[in-house]
Parts: sequence; C-alpha cells; structure tokens
Amino acid sequence: MMQKVFTKPEALKDCQTHYCPGCGHGIAHRLIAETIDELGIRGRTIGIAPVGCSVLAYDYLDVDMVEVAHGRAPAVATGMKRTNPDKIIFSYQGDGDLAAIGTSEIIHAAHRGEQITVIFINNAVFGMTGGQMAPTTLLEQVTTTTPLGRDAGKQGYPLQVSELLAILPGAIYIERCALSNPAQVRKAKKAIKHAFELQLNNAQGLSLVELLSPCPTYWRMTPAKAIEWMENEMIKIFPLGRLKG
Amino acid sequence: MSEKILMCGNEALAEAAIVAGLDAYFGYPITPQNEIPEYMSKRMPEEGRVFLQCESELAAINMVYGASATGKRAMTTSSSPGVSLMQEGISYLAGAELPSVIVNVMRGGPGLGNIAPSQGDYFQATRGGGHGDYRTIVLAPSGVQELVDCMPLAFDLADQYRTPVLVLADGILGQMMEPVVFNKKPRRKLPPKDWALTGADNRKQNIVRSLWLKEGVVEQHNYDLQAKYKEIEKNEILCEQYEVDDAEIVVIAYGIAARIVRGAVNKARQEGIKVGWIRPITLWPFPTEQISKAAENFKIFLTVELSCGQMVEDVKLAVAGKVPVPFYGRPGGGVPTVEQVLEKIRQLTLRPENVV
Repeated sequence: MMQKVFTKPEALKDCQTHYCPGCGHGIAHRLIAETIDELGIRGRTIGIAPVGCSVLAYDYLDVDMVEVAHGRAPAVATGMKRTNPDKIIFSYQGDGDLAAIGTSEIIHAAHRGEQITVIFINNAVFGMTGGQMAPTTLLEQVTTTTPLGRDAGKQGYPLQVSELLAILPGAIYIERCALSNPAQVRKAKKAIKHAFELQLNNAQGLSLVELLSPCPTYWRMTPAKAIEWMENEMIKIFPLGRLKG
Repeated sequence: MSEKILMCGNEALAEAAIVAGLDAYFGYPITPQNEIPEYMSKRMPEEGRVFLQCESELAAINMVYGASATGKRAMTTSSSPGVSLMQEGISYLAGAELPSVIVNVMRGGPGLGNIAPSQGDYFQATRGGGHGDYRTIVLAPSGVQELVDCMPLAFDLADQYRTPVLVLADGILGQMMEPVVFNKKPRRKLPPKDWALTGADNRKQNIVRSLWLKEGVVEQHNYDLQAKYKEIEKNEILCEQYEVDDAEIVVIAYGIAARIVRGAVNKARQEGIKVGWIRPITLWPFPTEQISKAAENFKIFLTVELSCGQMVEDVKLAVAGKVPVPFYGRPGGGVPTVEQVLEKIRQLTLRPENVV
C-alpha cells in the first residue's frame, strides 16, 4: 500500500495561480486553506479579498468570498461578523490595502475588538500597480516612485502597523512571521491557525498575523536574493515574533 | 404599532425600517439626521438586531456592503457631506449587485454648507454619484407618513432588483412631526438570496465581486445591469398628479418642495388661475413619459426645487421643447414660501410671453 504524504487542501483549488515566481501569496493561501481544512470550518467561513495582487484570492481559495474596495476589508468584515456571529470571517490584505488606504478601517476594527481574523501580507511595495512605494517600504529601498530610494525626510519611515495595533485593548493577538524558509513557514502556519482558533473559540477581540512576504519582481531581485534581503534587511525593521497575546 | 402616533420624520423612518425587517444599521452622526442613529441605538438592540456607530461614512457604507453580502437587510443614513463620502461604496454595491438602503436627509451645500434643508443632491442621487455606468433607485417622499410607507418599499425594491436604493429626504422632512401609522401592508414576493455568502456548506463557493479582468466580461456585466435598469424603468415609476385636468400651467416639484407648491396651487386656484401639480415620487426612474404626455396639454411647466435647478434638467428632457420650462428655486438652505411660489405662478399667468 502506498502512503499519501502530501496532498492539496480541500479549501484550495487545483489550479495555477497568476502570482510571479518567488511570490509569497501562494504559500500564504495554502497555509490559510490548510488551517480551514484542519479546523473543519470551510462550510462556515467567509473570506474577504483586498485590492492588490491578491484581489483574485477567490480564484484559489475554495470558500465563500467577497471582493471589496481598497482598504475597506475590516469594515466589510465588521458588517459580516456583527450580523453573523456564528461565521468565521477573515480578511486577506496587503500592505497598500491595510497600511496605506485602509489604516482607518483596521485601527477602528481593532479598537472595537471586532471578532475577526486578519492576514496581513507585507512585501514592502505596491505589487499590482507596478512596484510603487508602500508605507512599509524600507529606507533607501528603490521603487518606481522612490527612484533615488526612500528618504525619511521626504517620504517618512516604514510604518509598523502591527506595533501600532498591538497597543489597542481590542486587538487580542498580533504576531509577525516571515515566509522566508520552511521553519518560518511552519511558524506562520501555527500563528494563522491560532488566529483562526481564537475566533472559533469566541475570544473577544481582533487577531492579526502579519506575514513578511517576498516580491522578487518589484524588489528587482532573483527569488533567492529576495529571501536573503528579507532575512537580512526587512526583519531588522519588522522584527518577527508575537507582539500581543 | 397600528394606531396613529406623532413622530418626527427621522425617528419615523427608523421605526419603519425596523418594521420592514432591517437586520443591521450602521451610521455616523451628522446633522440634521442624528435622531436616526440615536433611535436605532435604543431600538435595534431591543429587537436583538445590530446597531453600530462607525468611524466614518466610508466605514458605514462598507459595513452595509458586508452585511448585505451575507444576505441581511442593511441600511445606513446620513446627510449630504456624509453621502458624498459613501459614493465609492455605492458604486461597489451597484457593481456587486448588493441590495441596500441609503437615506440622505439633505442639507445645504456645496462643501460643509449648512444644516438647513436643501434639495441640492438631486444630481448626485439620480446620476449615480460614484464611478461607472450605474443607477440607483431614488424615492422622494414628501411627508412623514409617506416616508414611513416608502421604507418597506425601499427594502423590497433593493432585494427584488439586487440594487442600492436611496431615500431622498431633507432637513424639514427629517425634523418635522406628523401623525403616522405603521401599516403592515402585503409585501412583494421576493427572489431567494441564493447568491449570499453564508459559508460553502455542501454547496459550491459563492463569490460577490465587481471585478472581471477577462476581456468583454465587464462590458457584458454592464449590459446586464442596463437590462435590469430598463426593467426598473418599466415597472417602478411612481408619480402623483393634482388638479391637472383643466390646468394650463403645471408646477413640478418633489419632496418637501411639493408640499409648498401644493399650498401655492390651492391659493392660485382660489384666484381663478388654472394651475395643477405633478409630483415625481421616484426620481429615478423619472416619470419621463408621464411628463412628456402632459406637455401636450399644458402651456407651461414650472419646476420648483430647493436648489439652483437640478430636476429641471430631467423635466426639460421629458418636455423636449414642446412648452417652456421655467424654474424657481432657492439653494443653500433657502426655503421658498407659498407666497413666493404663488407670485411666480401669477407672473407666468400675466406675462407668459416672458417665460424662458
């Protein structure tokens, strides 16, 4: 008898994604799908896709999903969870979506202690629009709108949203992980599962997992170099670990 | 509540929404409609339903979007500047075909304007306001009882056509008190919400979206929306006529302006002036055909609004040059008196050759 050691999660569709080689979204999608399978919540989960590279997340995640305006996912999630307390609501948001245009919505959702789970993908750049500066872009990082590198005097410092959110009583669990190597990916999986479990167990407040994620295309690097840059540079500004809960 | 009680428009419309089966109310304070969230904050929890004061109108309309996507009846209310902020969300609601009800208790603009009654948001309400080729149904009641009666209609229309519905009131309607009765009239038979996001439990995944990148799909989506709008135009026009049978002059007004005009028409009749009154109740779909037909029998169409003239453009389109369409209005919180409208009617009777 052959033993099956690797299989596709039920909550993940069997198809190719549109993501670039070396992108972290595919890994993040898979971790969410595995979590949904393991917790047996596919039939009561509703996901929210952002505006950004992962706007088509519903093409890959096989759960009920809604696509919303740029940055507004936490408000939409609030409307869903308040009217459907028995459902598991998660938003999937990039750093442009959550940390730029949607700062008001995420801060107030956390502030109110909404019982939702947020998966926050931080790749330090606007991907879908072609590699412009994000609030999370590192100092000296070259993007299409910081051709000379980000200058703190002109464009401000990288925004550490998770640290900001962690001070709010309504945010009960905040952890930052990195999709950089198998060990870190396993940690990320644990964090995502914990965030979903909190909601499943009716814990009173918002849970958020920030995932540092490579974007070789707009970092102008090979996928291998991108992982190195993430581990050597990005983690210095966005230190890994549990910030709350 | 089937007995007659005295209520202000804002509270009455809130209660009517609850009676109509509202599941969730999301709102942000703004004058002159603050009685609505205040009333809801007490009544919705009593009914075991959702009330939430949001961080902004942007959040409010997106919470409506979220609740509606799961098949719930959701509503937000605001006044002009707040409704401007909601336009992004309304475009998304139209694109994703989510039923929803938005009440605008209009105040003076542009900008922060003032908190006095106005009808300056007619263009915004009837032309979409947000981006893209879409329409929203717009109901314009002219009294507190009609405000009460149009709330269940707004929810039914939203569900039947999967579209946002605007209720256009103004500072007077919201604040004034009139006797009302909450009738439980028979309701429409509505289609099941099999598109709603309820969890893919033993069924295929449901997706609520307004984005399709494949060539031609959004074009087709737009044709489908337009076909739906045609259907609404065919079935849902509401319009009231008064004293038009022998009239030579007809005055057109909606909402609170129509109440003022009605007073002026009655007085003009006492002076022997043959004047009547047409009141669109749906501003979109607009009673174009009714007005076009009427233009064959009357000499003049006077349009009266609490604005510098917005609906008058739709009246002109309907009349198509057959007769003159003069305008009288006051913007920015100015409210025409019965005497001012009457004087305008008298002038038109005495010197019709001066009409432009």
